[in-house]
This record gives sequence, structure tokens and C-alpha cells, in this order.
Amino acid sequence: MALAKVLGLETEYGIIIRGSTEPNPIAASSALINAYVAELSRRVKWDFEDETPGRDARGFAREGAPPEVETHLINAVLTNGARYYVDHAHPEYSTPECSTVREIVRYDKAGELILARSVQAAGRLLPPGQSVVVLKNNSDGKGNSYGTHENYLMDRAAPFARVVQHVMPHFVTRQIYTGAGKVGCEATGPASREVSFQLTQRADFFEEEVGLETTLKRPIVNTRDEPHCNAQKYRRLHVITGDANLSEVSTFLKVGTTALVLCMIEDDWYARAGARDLTLNAPVNAMRRVSYDVSLSEPLTLADGRSMTALEIQWEILDLARKYAEDRGTEAVGDAGAGEEILRRWEDVLTRLESDPMSLATQLDWVAKYRVVDGYRQRHGLGWDDPKLALMDLQYHDVRPEKSLYARVGMEHLLEAAEVERAVTEPPETTRAYFRGRCLQRWPSSIAAANWDSMVFDLGGDPLRRVPMMEPLRGTKAHVDDLLNSVSSPAELLERLGS
Amino acid sequence: MAEREQIKRQAPSRTDEESVEDVPASNKKGEELKAELDDLLDEIDEVLEENAEEFVRSYVQKGGE
Repeated sequence: MALAKVLGLETEYGIIIRGSTEPNPIAASSALINAYVAELSRRVKWDFEDETPGRDARGFAREGAPPEVETHLINAVLTNGARYYVDHAHPEYSTPECSTVREIVRYDKAGELILARSVQAAGRLLPPGQSVVVLKNNSDGKGNSYGTHENYLMDRAAPFARVVQHVMPHFVTRQIYTGAGKVGCEATGPASREVSFQLTQRADFFEEEVGLETTLKRPIVNTRDEPHCNAQKYRRLHVITGDANLSEVSTFLKVGTTALVLCMIEDDWYARAGARDLTLNAPVNAMRRVSYDVSLSEPLTLADGRSMTALEIQWEILDLARKYAEDRGTEAVGDAGAGEEILRRWEDVLTRLESDPMSLATQLDWVAKYRVVDGYRQRHGLGWDDPKLALMDLQYHDVRPEKSLYARVGMEHLLEAAEVERAVTEPPETTRAYFRGRCLQRWPSSIAAANWDSMVFDLGGDPLRRVPMMEPLRGTKAHVDDLLNSVSSPAELLERLGS
Repeated sequence: MAEREQIKRQAPSRTDEESVEDVPASNKKGEELKAELDDLLDEIDEVLEENAEEFVRSYVQKGGE
């Protein structure tokens, strides 16, 4: 029986300071996060002191001396249960743990709002003539890449070799709907010069099939084994092949289809259903060939000698998933509707990619980007190497709504704006992130540290008190809401928890 | 090709009613599509950063993951 798929998405955002003579990305990332957190704490105080707490504090601008900008690496845990920090030279937002695919899309989109508000807050603190630009993408167009990593809770008992065998063809071929699109190519080699536009941001950067690295010699299957929970029972599959998607449909499918593939692996469904082996002959090479082929017709050679396109392989995996859903159900990815929605959208997208990819211009990032970039190129008679097109590629990902091209192309939304807004401050209700978020909302000054798998309370004179959270599906609203509502202090909470 | 067609026919819950709401963009007339894209490109022209070459050149990201 497949384990419930607890899900998380980590996104490193690109950042530059415009108008600065000595831009320092680490300082810029710290300043960005500090500005957001400082504004939050001002807002909390302001709300607290104000007699009309329902009044909207957004747009509240504070005049006067800017707060001291710290340049050490910042690590903030937000009341929605997310982690917001500086990772190397990037601001990184990690969603709280979510238990459904819709929920992960919601918290990923909330991250975009948080970054956009951070840009605003930081902008108020910068010297005149400077501004900060933050992009939700994965490449600077000059050979430097930064990641968007997916995380899936898995059963430790599933043999890792089986995981590798079946995720590999999925990761290579799902690019046809997960790609965020890219103008040009950053890989070396003669073939790369022919590439004017490709499906994904990331395919250029993979060099190995399986491995531990994330920054050089990147592997298609990453073996980082750090579950942040009970390691005897669980594995966290850390997936580094994906693009940062703006499209809700792309994120939904990226995570949803992968979650179903992992369920099938845990239940050994590939063997039970007699599925044909989809192992690719040269997966690293295939990553690029799929990404470079906007016509979606590139044949890939399988280990057994067959030749199939990425679309054909996706049809085969979908067919297997349908049979799995009928036979075993899809409880592991949410209620019945959730599994059905993944399958329905998966099929719809494959059908349209096959018949008329451009009909997905308001569903998939790469199609949306291709449509406007290519349209602009034709209108102005530009070459593919024109900086205007490279600019459009970057600006598609700008988190500022007034600059974002993504925000202008009429993309389909799976979520109401109010649902995303709520996710900026409220934790998901169905994972341990609920306990984390609620504690941070109520007793921020009593929490010395909040990690994925524990909370550390500082109650004053006593030694610090640690509350372990080794089970991702405990600490949910159903588990802890009565308790949290019945206690009036963190000391009372700890006493009741027996910590 | 034949193999894929067969897979698709087997897919049981592939019903037409589910896709009725979404009229594929390509079903619209070519002129209408072009006009839509023209309007969109006009709008994009207004928000594009002014100095494309400088912006693209200065966007350098090192370190990550």
C-alpha cells in the first residue's frame, strides 16, 4: 500500500540589484528576506496596537531611518510553516509540507507573493537609483543554474534501484509539460548551437544518471538521503530535474504525475501490471534531446532497442497509472477527486500536445513563453539571438506583477486568489506544518528555533525545550487544534505535551 | 504510432464532455488569434525593461543549490 505522499517544493530565486556598482547577491538576498521579516514584525505590532485589527496593513510604508541591514545568512520560518532563507547566493523559499497536489500549488504560489512583497519592502530600504529584481527561473542564460527541488515522502522499504529504474524515464519525458521554456542553449557542443528555443530551463545542466551532487555533475536521480523525519520508515525523494514553474497547471502536473509514479513504484505496480520496461538507452542525452525538440517528435532509444518519443512514453506511463488508480485507488495523493484530477489533466495535456501544442498557450509555461517570444521575433524580424528575446525570457519570470510577462499571457488558474493569499500566512491543515505555523503565530518570542522535524521553545530560565516532530502527518489541525485552543501559554502547551 | 493510438482508445474515462468547456485556442479563426497576440505583444512592449542588452548582460547568477 503506497504511503501518503507528503510533498514539498524548494525554489531558489534569481536576484540582482540594479543600479549598484558592487552588487553582492548574498547581501542582496539577506536584505530581501530581512526587509520582508522586518515589515511583518512591524505589521504584527501595528495590528496589535491598533483598535481595528481588520484594517489592511499592506501598502503600509514606513518613513525614516532604514533598519540595519544584516548580511549574515538569514533563516526565517514563516507562520505558514514555510522556510525562507539565503541559500548560497539566492533567496530560497521552501513550502511547508503539504498532503495534496493542489495544496502544494497553493503554497508554491504563496511563495511568489512573499517574494514580490519582499522586493517591495527591500525597495523602500535601498538607496535612490537602486532596485532589486527577483526572478522565479533556473538559469541566468550564461551557464549558471539554480534549482527548484521537489520532495516526496516515500516508503523506505521500496528498493532504491526500483525507484531509479522507473523515475528516470518519467523525469526525462515529463519535460514536455513541466518545462518553463528557454531561449537558446547553455550546453556546449555543436548541437547546442542549433537550439533557438527549448522546452526547459534545466536540461542543459544534467551530466549524470544517478548521484548525490546538486551543483556540479548534476544527476537526473538525486540520492540525497535526508528525510527530516523517521528515517527508519521514510525516504524523502529529492528531485532536482524540474523547472521553476509559474503555471499552476505545470506545477500541478509536475508534482501530481510524479507522486502517482512513486505510488506505483512503492506498490511494485510496474511488475504486477506486466508493464514493459521503459528504461532509456542514454538518459542524460535524452534529457537534452527532449528539451531541444519543440516539435515533440524526437525518437528516443530504449534499452530494449525500441524507439519511442517522449509523448509515447508519457502515454504509456499514464495508461499504467490509470489502471493503477482503478485497481488500487489514489488515496495516497489525496481524496478520490484529487487522483482523478491528476489523471484527467495529464491526459488532456498529452492529447493537446499531440494534436496542437499551441492550444496549451494558457496552460503550460513553455508554450506560453514560446508564443510571445516567437510572436515578438516575427513581428520585429529579429534573430533568435537578439537581446530583446533573452530579456523576454527573463522577464516572463519576474515576481513583480507590474513587470511579469507570465502575469499578462492569460494563464489558467487552478486556485482563487484569496486561497493563495491565505497561504501566505496560514499553514496547511493536514501536516505537521500546522503545528509549526500555529505555534509561530501565537508565541513567536518563545520559539528559539523551528526546523522541519522539531520545534525548540525558550521559556526563559529553563533549558531550551525541544518538541520532536518526526511524523509528517502528525501535528495536523485534527490532532492539535483542541490542544492549542485549550492552552494559554507555551509553558502550558509543553506541559500538556509532556515534553 | 499505432501503439499509442491503441493506448488512447483504451483510456476509459476519456470523455468529450470534460473538454467541452475549453475551446482550444486553435479553434478560433486565424485572424482572431493574430489580433489577440498583437494586442498582447503591444502590452508586453510597454512593460519590457528599457535597455534589453544591459539588463540581460548584468543578470549573472553564481552559486546555488
